[in-house]
Amino acid sequence: MAKTFKKPEALSDQTTHYCPGCTHGIAHRLIAEVIDELGIRGRTVGIAPVGCAVLAYNYFTFDFQEAAHGRAPAMATGIKRVRPDLVVFTYQGDGDLASIGMGEIIHAANRGEKFTSIFVNNTVYGMTGGQMAPTTLPDQRTTTSPAGRKVEEVGMPIKVAELISALQTPAFVARQAVLKPKYIVRAKKAIKKAFQYQLDGRCFSLVELISTCPTNWGLTSWEAVKWAEEKMIPYFPLGEYKTPE
Amino acid sequence: MQKEVMFAGFGGQGILLIGDILAHAGMEAGFEVAWIPSYGPEMRGGTAYCLVVISDRAIGSPVIRNPLHLIAMNRPSLEKFAPLVKPNGVVVINSSLISINAGRDDVDELLIPANDIAQEAGSVKAANIVALAAFVARSKIVDFDLLRECVKKHFAGREKLIPINMEALEQGRKAALGTGK
Amino acid sequence: MGRILMKGNEAIGEAAIRAGCLNYFAYPITPQSEVAEYLSRRMPEVGGVFLQGESEVAVGYMIFGAAGCGARVFTTSSSPGISLMSEALSYISGAECPAVFVNIMRGGPGLGGILPSQADYFQATKGGGHGDYRLLVMAPAGVQEAVEMVMKAFPLAEKYRNPVMILGDGLIGQMMEPVEFPDELKSEPSNNDDWATSGMETRKSSRRNLVKSLFLDSEQLEAHNRVLKAKYDRMRREEVRYEPYNLEADYKALIVSYGTMSRVCRTAVDILKVEGFEVGMVRPQTLFPFPEKAIEEAVRRESCKVAVSIEMSMGQMVEDVERSVRGRCPVEWFGKSGGDVPTPEEVIDAVKSFVKELI
Repeated sequence: MAKTFKKPEALSDQTTHYCPGCTHGIAHRLIAEVIDELGIRGRTVGIAPVGCAVLAYNYFTFDFQEAAHGRAPAMATGIKRVRPDLVVFTYQGDGDLASIGMGEIIHAANRGEKFTSIFVNNTVYGMTGGQMAPTTLPDQRTTTSPAGRKVEEVGMPIKVAELISALQTPAFVARQAVLKPKYIVRAKKAIKKAFQYQLDGRCFSLVELISTCPTNWGLTSWEAVKWAEEKMIPYFPLGEYKTPE
Repeated sequence: MQKEVMFAGFGGQGILLIGDILAHAGMEAGFEVAWIPSYGPEMRGGTAYCLVVISDRAIGSPVIRNPLHLIAMNRPSLEKFAPLVKPNGVVVINSSLISINAGRDDVDELLIPANDIAQEAGSVKAANIVALAAFVARSKIVDFDLLRECVKKHFAGREKLIPINMEALEQGRKAALGTGK
Repeated sequence: MGRILMKGNEAIGEAAIRAGCLNYFAYPITPQSEVAEYLSRRMPEVGGVFLQGESEVAVGYMIFGAAGCGARVFTTSSSPGISLMSEALSYISGAECPAVFVNIMRGGPGLGGILPSQADYFQATKGGGHGDYRLLVMAPAGVQEAVEMVMKAFPLAEKYRNPVMILGDGLIGQMMEPVEFPDELKSEPSNNDDWATSGMETRKSSRRNLVKSLFLDSEQLEAHNRVLKAKYDRMRREEVRYEPYNLEADYKALIVSYGTMSRVCRTAVDILKVEGFEVGMVRPQTLFPFPEKAIEEAVRRESCKVAVSIEMSMGQMVEDVERSVRGRCPVEWFGKSGGDVPTPEEVIDAVKSFVKELI
């Protein structure tokens, strides 16, 4: 009988530590599929963040480095500059990339470093227990905004895809979601494009993925998907924000 | 035998440069040398000074409070450093810009109108080279021909500056031999 | 090749290239910006990598990334910049990657000043970043020695898979002295196929490599820290370097001093010798590992009444001198840390006063 569904070679056998309903697993699988399809596993180096995906290196089967909080783009810069033949990507959450690592991502993008950033936006710090992130929506309750995010005190959520797109340096920037099949198909296309741009030596590429955190949002898996679709996507619209032409 | 030379003046007078050239000449002559600049806020527009140490053995402390010789290209430098010079040292005073003396009777004071001589040689910018030439001619700290080679080497690549600087060297040397007390 | 007259900072940059390191990331800071200026011209000439990062924080991780994928890499900075890089130093040490960091020290704390200082002794030898890690720290006393230490630093970093720090000061960076670049100190990068993330294809392996410092399991972290400790113990056994000076005399006092300060002390020792006042000196060339045994042995001399740590700080190395002396004689400190390097005369007065107090 022909095998119609199998685990990508780039993905390991290890069971993930992610919570039920978390969409990190989907993002991991899409990256692994793309790496398989492009045949680049033997020259790819991933960079794991600090946050829920801190152990991401356990779930892939190629070389990995583990960064400090927010510093993955600087590490990717270091690798890519000395080994342009390697395919390098960072995998970062919203606390990591949009808060403590904002400086590193902006400058790496602005230099046009030829690596790929996969940015998982689920509006909260997951690993540390659901604290407010730079992407937390107005009035959204978190463990450090128990009365809801007060925008008059902490500002509006940061739209990372739009922010990076505003840089003049050519780049590929897209925002997609890993919520339902229709979104997931588009997300994979964006990730593949991002890696292809890197392989062609064209530009920096960043794909923001609208994701869920049912545990810290206090919702069931399905409620979380619906919440992300109804609350996040209107504020964080999907699409391609910048292409290098 | 260790000799220390303090070069001092305004930023822009080429103070660090003549120190550099003398250090090169000292090295070419087979000595141990060290060139220690002033750096930091004072190099940005204010006074500039550097110290060159030339020695026949490994140089210990690069920090020297009392240099043997002084080349003062402006008045504040002379006022600051003249009292520190060791007895019997050479003190070159750029008399084009400095109207006072070192106020010492135990040093070999040399009044050189470096700016005027340089102007006549073709460019006031070469005043530093005039002073350096006068100093070397007087102190004989290195062979004068060697100094000439080092100046030439320094301006290699900017050939049109060489004749002016050669002339400045020559006039500085002559001034040193014709003056002094 | 004959001697050339070079500024310390430029010579450090050239030394790295001559040692076979063609990758440099840095952020400008006085008094070492000339290294970056020099290498921004020089690296393209030799086909190397030069990048000015956006901050010392980022540069620390550029070094980590590049070292992690197996490249020879180095950076230079000065005190406040090293503080920012200390986070990365902790991670790089934890992940066991080789890299060379040069600190051309200036005065502190905070912005401090830009003149020479040795006030980062604790930071370099006792941590700076978090966790149980050590740097192999070498302290040059002149431009030629800085060149040689930089060239030796790369194979040492690879031998231990650990960062090596060259601890100089503003004067070493700014002064010019004649230098030679010994060809025999050029070295080939060591094989790193068993740990570096160089790409599985590149090293023809089906096993992936992982560069990380995270060990959530207590037993694993314990074992990891034991491995690191064993490396640092090996450094203590194999890498101690120091220069004895005037130890053949019957010295009344032993000076312990390093870097620029030790040159001033050497002049002081020479002047005192002429006066008939003998003083010995141990000049640590490695600050970690520290020449504890050499100092302990030196103070056993019958004539030696006191050990004096002379440093451009308010008393940091003196704690290691005390540890080394093990109570065999009194230990004193003399120093300054505002930016004025003490003169030989000041050193002489200090040493004489300490000896006098004891008589």
